[in-house]
Amino acid sequence: MTDRRIRVLIAKPGLDGHDRGAKVIARALRDAGMEVIYTGLRQTPEMIAEAALQEDVDVVGLSILSGAHNALVPAVIEKLNENSLDTVKVFVGGIIPEGDIPNLEEKGVYAVYGPGTDTQRVAAEIKAAVNPKSD
Amino acid sequence: MTLIDPKAIRNGDRLALSRALTAIENNTAESKSLQAALFPFTGNAHLVGVTGAPGSGKSTLVNQLAKTIRQSDHEENPPKIAIVAVDPTSPFSGGALLGDRIRMQDLSGDQGIFIRSMASHGALGGLAHNTAAFATLLDGAGFDVIIIETVGAGQAEVDIARLAHTVIVVEAPGMGDDIQAIKAGILEIADILVVNKADRPEAENTARALKIMLEMGRGGERMPLAGKHLMRSIVDKGDTPKQADQKHGWETPVRLVTAVEGSGIDTLVDDIRQHRDYLESSNLWKSKEAYRLEKDLEALIRDKLLAQWQESLDEEKYQKVLSEIIQRKRSPIEALDLLL
Repeated sequence: MTDRRIRVLIAKPGLDGHDRGAKVIARALRDAGMEVIYTGLRQTPEMIAEAALQEDVDVVGLSILSGAHNALVPAVIEKLNENSLDTVKVFVGGIIPEGDIPNLEEKGVYAVYGPGTDTQRVAAEIKAAVNPKSD
Repeated sequence: MTLIDPKAIRNGDRLALSRALTAIENNTAESKSLQAALFPFTGNAHLVGVTGAPGSGKSTLVNQLAKTIRQSDHEENPPKIAIVAVDPTSPFSGGALLGDRIRMQDLSGDQGIFIRSMASHGALGGLAHNTAAFATLLDGAGFDVIIIETVGAGQAEVDIARLAHTVIVVEAPGMGDDIQAIKAGILEIADILVVNKADRPEAENTARALKIMLEMGRGGERMPLAGKHLMRSIVDKGDTPKQADQKHGWETPVRLVTAVEGSGIDTLVDDIRQHRDYLESSNLWKSKEAYRLEKDLEALIRDKLLAQWQESLDEEKYQKVLSEIIQRKRSPIEALDLLL
């Protein structure tokens, strides 16, 4: 496990076309030493789960600004599980109302980040989620 | 970590394959036994390299090629395709942004296609250190065509010529004048030259400059150090002069393509097939494979020797010699005798 890099898939499920946030996170995680696979806009849950499988990622970050997170996030997690990727950690970024966060966490999301989140915090929490014992 | 079963990889288990690729990337002990288990099944895949400058349209072209190869065969079983897309690792953070999949969304949902992104990890030849091992594993897993997309490459990133059977070099219009076209390096390794973005006004001029470059190369005696010297060294290895002549029987085509629209792709797929037929009928396929395996072995020996040396190293002595070098009291050349 000496120089194993954390691999992260950043994906945008659903129909909104705003990916500045996804790109900011992708860049920040790159600068934190991770290998970030960015797949672009308008991904279906199947496409995301398929890319996660082929790329053997440790973490999937979903960027959603459309308000469809309550439908899309559980669908992505279900498809990940169908691909036997139940150990993959999932976080969500975007415009998510406070009240929806507990529901997403219950579905298996380990963190939800809103606008203005410190990207170094995102990176630190990914590292902690992937390697719970280190740091 | 559960163990990966090489039989599962042979049977098309995509998760096992994906984990095996990760094992290779991290150079684990398991990756070595997996590569050994699958090696007997290798040697069948057609390795197609796609290289060219950043933004010339490599990923978009790969997307179209894969789609067309999957569709154009009327057989029951169209060729299974693996794509390895290499992007650069940051020299500062060690991280990487791997964005080639963005252009390959059309391929999602096809179980006959497997795409893997790979960071270059500081290797300078346009590929990563482990790209060849990836190709071998995918070959052993039963993929018929393996498309390898290099890091955005300029002039000297020619490692792909050693790895791939067929090299496609992608140019975009307006990247330089005809002097660029006669410089040594990446243009020389092309088996097929593509001028992408052919809908742009300069495209015809670029294609013409490349054709003239190729014709100049064809005329007259080839000096050993001019022209395709990389290919030369392959050909010279145990080939008869006749086979070497046959190498010159392949005339590198220059194709105008607009990858975003998919125009010109059918011709390109035909070129790829014809190049494979050409390699097989001229026996160059075998000599290329032999050359590559020899180079792979050399690389493994180099890695192993370095690791052995590092293990047996007297750290204190090393630091002492190093500080002498830094203080310019001893040259690095002299230091070699002390350290080896």
